[in-house]
Amino acid sequence: MSDPFVLAGKDFSSRLIIGTGKYSSFDEMKAAHAASGAAMVTVAVNRVPLDRKTESFLDHLDPKMQILPNTAGCYDADHAIRTARLAREALETDWIKLEVIGDQTTLLPDNEQTLEAAKVLVNEGFLVLPYFTDDLIMARKLLDAGCPAVMPLAAPIGSGMGVQNPSNLRIMREQLPDATIIVDAGVGVPSDAAIAMELGSDGILMNTAIAEAQDPEQMAAAMKLAVEAGRLGYLAGRMPKRLYASASSPIQGAIK
Amino acid sequence: MISVVLNGEPRRIEDEVTLDRMLDLFSLPRQRVAIELNRSVVRREDWPATSLGDGDVIEVIHFVGGG
Repeated sequence: MSDPFVLAGKDFSSRLIIGTGKYSSFDEMKAAHAASGAAMVTVAVNRVPLDRKTESFLDHLDPKMQILPNTAGCYDADHAIRTARLAREALETDWIKLEVIGDQTTLLPDNEQTLEAAKVLVNEGFLVLPYFTDDLIMARKLLDAGCPAVMPLAAPIGSGMGVQNPSNLRIMREQLPDATIIVDAGVGVPSDAAIAMELGSDGILMNTAIAEAQDPEQMAAAMKLAVEAGRLGYLAGRMPKRLYASASSPIQGAIK
Repeated sequence: MISVVLNGEPRRIEDEVTLDRMLDLFSLPRQRVAIELNRSVVRREDWPATSLGDGDVIEVIHFVGGG
């Protein structure tokens, strides 16, 4: 069955996008990346340390993977815009995961600042993938601003709580049938990923759920299957929910 | 000598040092990094022609693990 995942005009072989943070070693990260089947990975922009030699982190990534730099750690539009511009200059890529955080404890997004930054960056030719609160109206505004996809959260970053507001994702899917929706943040276990996909999300971005698993490589493989299973389930269309039973075996003809 | 702030840290360097030379002075990497001078990105091709002045604020970034 052909079910291409096209994002900003580019074909991706996987609907799973994964992070590169929190792994205990490069080898562990590489094994998890390979097991996940992901075709795109996120990286963070950071100051080069002045007083010690640094290994190039990017050398540890599969060169076939699309690198998606993020603006993590930015608390206002201006900061995120500057970070995106630096990332573009260093990597020669227009792709940016836009993240403008509003609060240190929850890491919930500042949607207002995110929209402001998105408008500026889209105007400068960036392919802006914004992380934002799972809100239909905000999604519309980000799409109207020219973002090729929107990335609503399932739950706070690194919380592993799973999809907290499934109805929000459903509404977003139904009201924005042509939009590319990628659930970003909050997934904890494979069933969370499957649920997000069953709700009609086009893809999922996760980091901690894999990196902080006891066995990241195995969890990455599980997430791959969960994303695929959830996607197939969504495309197949679920049975209607009923309050009462509906027998699967014929009642007529049963022996008495 | 002039005073600059490099990646948040005060540093004293000689006059007329270019961004290109600065990377060598501080043993900073050149590949897949970017430089911001006073909040504006300086393109790689302009590093050799961009000299630092007193009070300049420079950010040199690279990439690390993140989500």
